[in-house]
Amino acid sequence: MTSALWYFGRGSGLVTLVLLTIVVALGIGARSGRTAFGLPRFVVNRLHRNAALLAVVLVLGHVLSLLFDPYAQLRLIDLVLPFVGQYRPWWQGLGTLAFDLVLAIVATSLLRHRIGARVWRIVHWLAYLCWPIALLHGLGNGTDNGTWWLWTIAMACLATVVVAVGWRWSPSFARFPQRAARRPNVLQEVR
Amino acid sequence: MTSIAEASAHLGHRLLAEPGRLPSADRPPVLDQARLIEMLRAAGLTGRGGAGFPTWRKLAAVAGAGGRPVVIANGAEGEPGSGKDRALLTYQPQLVLDGLQIVVGALGAGAAHVYLPAAAGGAIRAVLTSRRQAGLDPIAVNVHAAPDTFIAGEESAVVAAIAGRPALPADKRVRITESGVDGAPTLVQNAETLAHIALIARHGPAWFRTAGTSDEPGTFLATVGGAVAAPGVLEAGYGVPLGDLIDAAGGATTDLQAVLIGGYHGGWIPPRPDLPISRAALAPYGASPGAGIVLALPVGVCGLTETARIAGYLAGQVAGQCGPCINGLPRLADTLADLAHRRGRPGLPGEVERLSALVSGRGACRHPDGTVRLIRSGMRAFQADVAAHLAGRCLAKEGYR
Amino acid sequence: MNRLHIDWTACDGRGLCAELVPELLAEDDWGYPVARDGAAEPAVPDHLERSVRLAVDRCPALALRLVRR
Repeated sequence: MTSALWYFGRGSGLVTLVLLTIVVALGIGARSGRTAFGLPRFVVNRLHRNAALLAVVLVLGHVLSLLFDPYAQLRLIDLVLPFVGQYRPWWQGLGTLAFDLVLAIVATSLLRHRIGARVWRIVHWLAYLCWPIALLHGLGNGTDNGTWWLWTIAMACLATVVVAVGWRWSPSFARFPQRAARRPNVLQEVR
Repeated sequence: MTSIAEASAHLGHRLLAEPGRLPSADRPPVLDQARLIEMLRAAGLTGRGGAGFPTWRKLAAVAGAGGRPVVIANGAEGEPGSGKDRALLTYQPQLVLDGLQIVVGALGAGAAHVYLPAAAGGAIRAVLTSRRQAGLDPIAVNVHAAPDTFIAGEESAVVAAIAGRPALPADKRVRITESGVDGAPTLVQNAETLAHIALIARHGPAWFRTAGTSDEPGTFLATVGGAVAAPGVLEAGYGVPLGDLIDAAGGATTDLQAVLIGGYHGGWIPPRPDLPISRAALAPYGASPGAGIVLALPVGVCGLTETARIAGYLAGQVAGQCGPCINGLPRLADTLADLAHRRGRPGLPGEVERLSALVSGRGACRHPDGTVRLIRSGMRAFQADVAAHLAGRCLAKEGYR
Repeated sequence: MNRLHIDWTACDGRGLCAELVPELLAEDDWGYPVARDGAAEPAVPDHLERSVRLAVDRCPALALRLVRR
């Protein structure tokens, strides 16, 4: 039983990483306001959201299976407090951070209409912090690190995010490049 | 319709009477809400800040909203061509502050504020201190500095500034009169309007109606400038002929080509001396008295170039919050600049109209709408110049203007 | 009468609304929504209420509100 939990814990961790990579790419795609592969904008938005919710389900599976697996030595406190773990505390702490960030980002997104756009946007930007932390956690904490297939998948995820972020910063990202940026004119000289 | 003699007789006799006079021995009248609203309704006083909204309606809206209202005297005057509020706050601050206290008392307001350029803050604070000591101000008045921007005097920008935020217009899904400063019903009233309220409270609505026309009663402050010998702030009743205002400002320095009425969000009218300055008479020209700005355009200057210059200024004065405005106004200004510099193309007037329709009504405030009003008025008033510029010529340069 | 209120200080021209309710909204030169009826707050007929509510929910900038005027 424990080895089943252990395998599930490792497997779900890897799938979560892949899913989070897809979520980041879809999020940037949604931000671009472009249609993708014939899909309308609001569908791209929904895909991003649904992939994120699926990632939450998987990361919960990842965390719960390891919680119940005695070999992993994971305690409840490790789910919220990083770096106090008993097994590779540093790398596990990164996992804790990434887990907490995912929960915060998804929770604020589900409560978007109640908390307002400003607060939501600030928390959502943490996704750019969350993903690299998740990647490092996977590379450092996973007992499969060193295997060729883990490195291959991890590098493919990294390449995807790098390309997506690169596109985000490129001048061709905007759908209307001639659009002037909205910037409140707060530089107001007082006579 | 007021006769020319009657209108002229009221030049400078009310708000600007006896400048610098200390407050009279009698305290500002204390009126309850219903009485004040009824007096203002009978007087027919409209806002003197440009929009011309019936003052009694605004007060009634705030009164009906419930809670403890906030009253703000708006002396920001971001319009470059206007000097009336500054003149009033410099020479007759007591009248404005009397009006403020009358409204504060009638509405049972919890807070009162004055919003004006920083340079005038010291003087107004001194006046407020002496008033407080004389027991004239039951509610202490807070003074706030208005930034030197065109939109600083916009109602919701005023509310933002009073609340400690940058003076930028806000979304108005909920009216200011219902929810303004810290969620309280807020009355933002132009300084001149408050001064009129003080006089109406003292002398009554019937007295107020002895000036102006029956549809547009009372006097207003006009800032006359441009090609006149003695530019300055004058007072006249609505319906006063344009020529009387020009003459009272020392007369035109040269022949006039057109007059800009209502400021940079106003409209161009022909320089007809007999043209009455009233909403009714100016409506056919797409103009209105607005906040009383009268700018005389001399011959020899290209009206189209002047319109393009103003449009450029207005494009630079956007708050920067709303997409259609921050994109549309500079595009409009550039298109007009092309026309002004005779870089025309056949579809240009159509492009101006297309962009004008595109930005109208799409923004948190009326800055794009006001800009469009000015531009449309210019294209209409100077249509001969438009045709000439499209043909690569300029009537003003060739001496035809 | 139901009307669509656009908070222009929040609108970032993402275009989901114009996609979800094309009968009511088009896009201008810069991607911002334009009311086809030219009104500052376009009227929302009953048969479009559902689509409009969806647009209000999905707007990334939370710039839309359905109001009764």
